[in-house]
Amino acid sequence: MSNPAMTQSAQLEPAEKDQSQIEQKRMIADHFERLARAKAEGKKVVYTFVPGNLTELIGALDMLAVLPEINALQSGMRKKSAGYIAEAEKAGHSEDVCTYVKCDIGMLKSGNIGPTGTKLPEPDLLLLSYTGCFTFMKWFELLREEYKCPVVMLHVPYQTDGEITPEMREYIVRQLKDVVIPAMEQVAGKKLDMRELSRRLQLSHRAEDDLVAVWESARHRPSPIDGYFGGVYYVGPIFSAFRGTEDAVRYYQMLRAEVDERVRRKEGPMTPDGPAGEERFRLVVEGPPNWTSFLDFWRMFSREGATVVASTYTRVGGLYDKGFRHSPDEPLESLADYCLGCYTNLGLPTRTALLEDYIRRYEADGFLINSVKSCNSFSAGQLVMLRELEKRTGVPGGFIESDLVDPRYFGKANIENRLQSYLQMLEARRGRASA
Amino acid sequence: MTDSTASDPAAEVLARCLALYEDMSFSRVRRWKEAHPGGLAIGALPIYVPRPLLEAMGCLPVSIFGGGDQLDVIRGDSYFQSYICRIPRSTLELAMGGQLDVLDGMLFPSICDVIRNLGGIWNMLFPERFTAYVDLPQNFDRDIGGRFYTGELRRIAAGLVGRGAKPPSDEELRAAIRRENSRRRVLSELSALRRREPWRLRASEAYLAARAGSVLEAQEHEAWLRELLAALERREARAYDNVRVVVRGAFCEQPPLGLIRTLEAAGCDIVDDDFQLGLHFIEGDIEEDSSIDPWTALSNAYLDRGVATSSRYIGEATKGDALIESVRAAAAEGVIFAAASFCDPALLDQPMLEAALDRQGIPHTSLKYAENSGQFQVIREQAGAFSDAVKLWGSAA
Ligand code: SF4
Repeated sequence: MSNPAMTQSAQLEPAEKDQSQIEQKRMIADHFERLARAKAEGKKVVYTFVPGNLTELIGALDMLAVLPEINALQSGMRKKSAGYIAEAEKAGHSEDVCTYVKCDIGMLKSGNIGPTGTKLPEPDLLLLSYTGCFTFMKWFELLREEYKCPVVMLHVPYQTDGEITPEMREYIVRQLKDVVIPAMEQVAGKKLDMRELSRRLQLSHRAEDDLVAVWESARHRPSPIDGYFGGVYYVGPIFSAFRGTEDAVRYYQMLRAEVDERVRRKEGPMTPDGPAGEERFRLVVEGPPNWTSFLDFWRMFSREGATVVASTYTRVGGLYDKGFRHSPDEPLESLADYCLGCYTNLGLPTRTALLEDYIRRYEADGFLINSVKSCNSFSAGQLVMLRELEKRTGVPGGFIESDLVDPRYFGKANIENRLQSYLQMLEARRGRASA
Repeated sequence: MTDSTASDPAAEVLARCLALYEDMSFSRVRRWKEAHPGGLAIGALPIYVPRPLLEAMGCLPVSIFGGGDQLDVIRGDSYFQSYICRIPRSTLELAMGGQLDVLDGMLFPSICDVIRNLGGIWNMLFPERFTAYVDLPQNFDRDIGGRFYTGELRRIAAGLVGRGAKPPSDEELRAAIRRENSRRRVLSELSALRRREPWRLRASEAYLAARAGSVLEAQEHEAWLRELLAALERREARAYDNVRVVVRGAFCEQPPLGLIRTLEAAGCDIVDDDFQLGLHFIEGDIEEDSSIDPWTALSNAYLDRGVATSSRYIGEATKGDALIESVRAAAAEGVIFAAASFCDPALLDQPMLEAALDRQGIPHTSLKYAENSGQFQVIREQAGAFSDAVKLWGSAA
């Protein structure tokens, strides 16, 4: 399973920084500082996953979150993942399995030094919210072997038919009430204050409104955002430790204002080489990015004038543009609906329908699937989605293969060739259409 | 009667099992449908589906294990990337080749992302066919996971009724549970025999006998198994000095029969395994008592007595304990991990299980296969070296 960016180091970011990016950087630095002090200050640390994360609950119990997927992708961006993966494979982990897991295990075996260069605190609790990906369960079973700390499981049913049934919701709420919250309270050493949880959910709601406005801005021409490469920065706070905080509300207000301003000035997004040039192609992308060559990958698009107007990867930690919002009035029910609605917890027909909607809504010239070797949850079925989307929309699809954090599977020349041929095909098609 | 039948009383029933195993056209299922007008044949991917529920509704549960080593996969390959295991592609090949037309529906249990997404693929490619995802709970509290699961069972049953299956009465469901228990008791007897006298019933033969249950109703399967059991008692067999091993990791995509035979030929008596795990998924009987709601009985069996396997959350239990217990119960001397290539659940579990075995000093080795692997020389050498090492030094060193 794969997940979004919470960026740390300047070299990984677009050339010019917006105010919101500086703010995000500050938030992350603060968070890692709090983590560094956690043990000394008696704060409890919860390791958990991005999709289906219960950040408002963790925050309401005054605990701090660590997200191993984000550590893994950070390791990928900082060119450390190859070594960590090798370490894990040396310890007996198969070359066939998810490289996020191996990267995390390798990092742990190498001293568990986090993205800021300091040692990450050990978990007091592994909160296994089991949404959209089976590997999560194995991942925390593996971590449990290392840390010997309690694990609490939240099993989230799969939305096969694109519908949340009352039974699914009730199942999750019952687990939250009877299993998850009591286990968290025990570790936190305090009772959950439902008013505090509701307050945080209200803050989530506000941030989610602004994030959706940012996604929607891509309907403009030129799009003021890149909804994939840029998008992974935008989802950083809301997919991680900050949902339900004033910090996140401020960040998304700031981001929205910046995007609105770019719309007003008819400007495209920022790219690794500065402001985007002419918008030549509008693309929708399915699948996670590659992290080990993230900027190279991005440049392959930006240098060709290709802007991603919507992506599914940025919906992995929460799907808000179909109307869902966390609700202070029904706290546990809305946490249940949130978990159920994360992108990879949706059946393939629903995923396909979502992509179809993005292609039409954002008037995309093409859609591209980046199929990553590590993640069967994303990848199994993508070739069927590709055919079906072409059939339904008449828009041609492209297909490239890479991996999350294993550089052995990022064939730069091959990917670049494929992408260029694909874009040339879109160009030729456009020429024929206007002839 | 062939020569081998004359000399081996088990040969005839085993030959029947082999014929079913090799029949990729599911002619047995077609015959069942002719004999049961209106009855639905419902395919089920590994690992576990509650078969008695299907039987109680007048349906034939058909276990689908892909195309094995007998099917050329061409179309199926074009739907899956190279780094995905083989069972989904060969299953799709069977469907596209029309071999699965005999089925009236398919169940996709929640064991991994691939099987789960294959269910979605089915929905998209064959929208007219009945397809259901069986979301097995990972919360094992009767009041939480149990409630959800009985709801799932009723949802699936309602879907089948919508396709013409008959709604199951409690009595029919209990009767189907009794038949399933009875079949599984004979399977247990065969397992016990294999542990006692592995030379009398080889693992490859036990495999075929169990595999016949993929396309037979519980009662008929039980009759075949009893026939085999009786024949085995008459079989002349000589003990030989092999190493007793447990095989783990082969619960979904199945190894080719040739691989199992290769392990045997390399000096390994497989005295316990997780091949076709679905048939052995529940330890002991499902409650039959008339005082218990049979839907709840099915659910309780899954919650309380489901075997420890990779796709099932183990809660507070210690990883590897169940395997060590199996090794001890089977008086095995070592473990062979045999997993399908790219099988995430099996391969992610393996390091934890290996560590548990290491702590107990139990030797182990590991190999990977695909259902259509055809070359076993390397495996033969590896298994041979393993069995020699265990025999000589009691370790895999
Ligand atoms: S072989 Fe493994 S990965 Fe493949 S479908 Fe079966 S359980 Fe899933």
